[in-house]
Amino acid sequence: MSTKWNITLVVYRQKGGAAPYYDEFKMEVNPDEYVLDAVERVWAFHDRSLCFAHACHHSTCGACGMRVNGVEKLTCITLIREVTSDGGTMKVEPLRNFPVISDLSVDMGSLFTRMDQIGHRSVLPVSEEPAGEKSPVLPQAQEEEYTRLSDCIECGMCISACPVATTTADYLGPAVLAGAYQHGVNGDMSLISMVDNADGVWRCHHAFECNEVCPSFVDPGTKIMDLRKAVIRERFRGLFGSR
Amino acid sequence: MSKPHVIIIGAGFTGVATAHDLALRGFDVTVVERGPIANGTSGRTHGLLHCGGRYCVKDQESAIECIEENTILRKIVPQVIEPNGGLFIGLNDSDVEYAQDWTAGCEACEIPYKQLTPEEVLALEPNINPEVKIAYLAPDGTFDPLRLAMSFAATAKSNGAKFRLYTSVEKLIIDGKGNVTGVEIEDRTTGERGELHADVVVNATGAWAGEIAEMAGADVPVKPTPGVMVAFDQRFTNLVVNRLNKPGDGDIVLPQRRMVVVGTTSFEVEDVDYIPVIEDHVELMLERGAALIPNIRNSKMRGAYMATRPLIGAGSAGRSVARTFKCFDHQESDSIEGFVTITGGKATTLRVMAEKTSDIVCDKLGIDVKCRTAELPLLSYRQFYAQP
Repeated sequence: MSTKWNITLVVYRQKGGAAPYYDEFKMEVNPDEYVLDAVERVWAFHDRSLCFAHACHHSTCGACGMRVNGVEKLTCITLIREVTSDGGTMKVEPLRNFPVISDLSVDMGSLFTRMDQIGHRSVLPVSEEPAGEKSPVLPQAQEEEYTRLSDCIECGMCISACPVATTTADYLGPAVLAGAYQHGVNGDMSLISMVDNADGVWRCHHAFECNEVCPSFVDPGTKIMDLRKAVIRERFRGLFGSR
Repeated sequence: MSKPHVIIIGAGFTGVATAHDLALRGFDVTVVERGPIANGTSGRTHGLLHCGGRYCVKDQESAIECIEENTILRKIVPQVIEPNGGLFIGLNDSDVEYAQDWTAGCEACEIPYKQLTPEEVLALEPNINPEVKIAYLAPDGTFDPLRLAMSFAATAKSNGAKFRLYTSVEKLIIDGKGNVTGVEIEDRTTGERGELHADVVVNATGAWAGEIAEMAGADVPVKPTPGVMVAFDQRFTNLVVNRLNKPGDGDIVLPQRRMVVVGTTSFEVEDVDYIPVIEDHVELMLERGAALIPNIRNSKMRGAYMATRPLIGAGSAGRSVARTFKCFDHQESDSIEGFVTITGGKATTLRVMAEKTSDIVCDKLGIDVKCRTAELPLLSYRQFYAQP
């Protein structure tokens, strides 16, 4: 027998240019369902006008990031019991720092454009992004190294959580800078010129909110610090020549 | 002379692939999708780039389609694929006995395979069940479902296709002769309604194809057949692991990013808009997955979800229906002009499904342009959003 909770789902709504408001839905849920399941049921059974993004439902696509009770969550893997309680409230809002398309869906065009510009690799050798101790990396007697889909799923949650990104849309943002680090700056002057400036790697104020909300092991804030070191190394290399 | 206009309903795999194919052949294309890209069955696909080994004994037509399309997708869209290959492993006498039929099937379908000794396979993938008695390597892979769809959509967009996302089709526009001439739509982001007119409307709504066809008074024998999948939080292998036996529940474990995903089950439903995840099925996936990779029991469940296959045809048991796709020109089946339905099939065969559908659209309009999608590499999936 599964447990049932009664919760109030509070949903951010916005259509066209009209002012945003919140809708409330009283729902019976299983606390071991995911937040996205509850949102999808609102669409299926209560209100067909609700707009929200989702695709894979298991944390590989990155489409369903939302703010849940004020914190960025990948809603397809966030259990309802993690964010509310029986009789409690679950407030879902769109990610910040992106234009809202409608309701819970946002336009992440800026993120995708920048990820392409800095050359983040969507598939890369397993050894470059190892996946924990139980994960085999390199088989012997294998001619070609295995490759895998990258850790970063481009969910945009780090950009939503970033206090600096809120102050300027020009800031490349955590996912993009981490993407640049994954690509590797080694002598790549066009990449260095994209990140070594006031809207790039030096804009970060070390709040590390990005690390807190990242659902996919990227820890972008840590990568930004690593990228700074790499950029400094490149500057020295420029001064003294490479050895 | 203006280009013929085709409206495609649905931005799942068949919709976006058909948009790409038709845009490349010079059509004016509009895709109408009630949600975001790939929000239905396509997005929730297991992610297995089939080599055909799963079907090569019972359904060789599907198996041949799979190996052909697998080979093409590796070339045209490598940016969304883990191309590492798959194992078919036998754990008991029944599996070992099945090996004979399986290797014969692979040969009949021209699926390359290689036998590995138990020692070799355990050296390659130390996390698989040490009881393994027999093992074969074949060219399976893993793809990211949303990014596969976005790659086709991005390329279609660069060739002029328009995407109306979050826009639902409220009605088909039907003329005095009963022919389909367009769609009545509602933009769900604004609530605005409107009409779009076209030379041909393609119903590419997969498990929902019966509902859209009904709007035209046509019948499409699609059987929505959901299955559950469970993701675990460790990447135990780099190769896909299949049970070497007749297809059954929970007999595929595939690596994806830092996870493995176990799937799947099979049952039938009537209403496909919301299907709850069945707890018993989740338990079954853990049990079956652990038979292939015992360590799955020591990992944490990361997500459980349900996807609804659009199986085609009459009959009852879900698994016995051929997985191949069908394209209906409703002129032939129902004397309705201007309306084509594509459904059935599987993710791996999205490109050829789109090719056949586009061929039918070309035939209907008397246009003779060859398909080029098998050779042309797709753009970065990110270009779907990067382009205005």
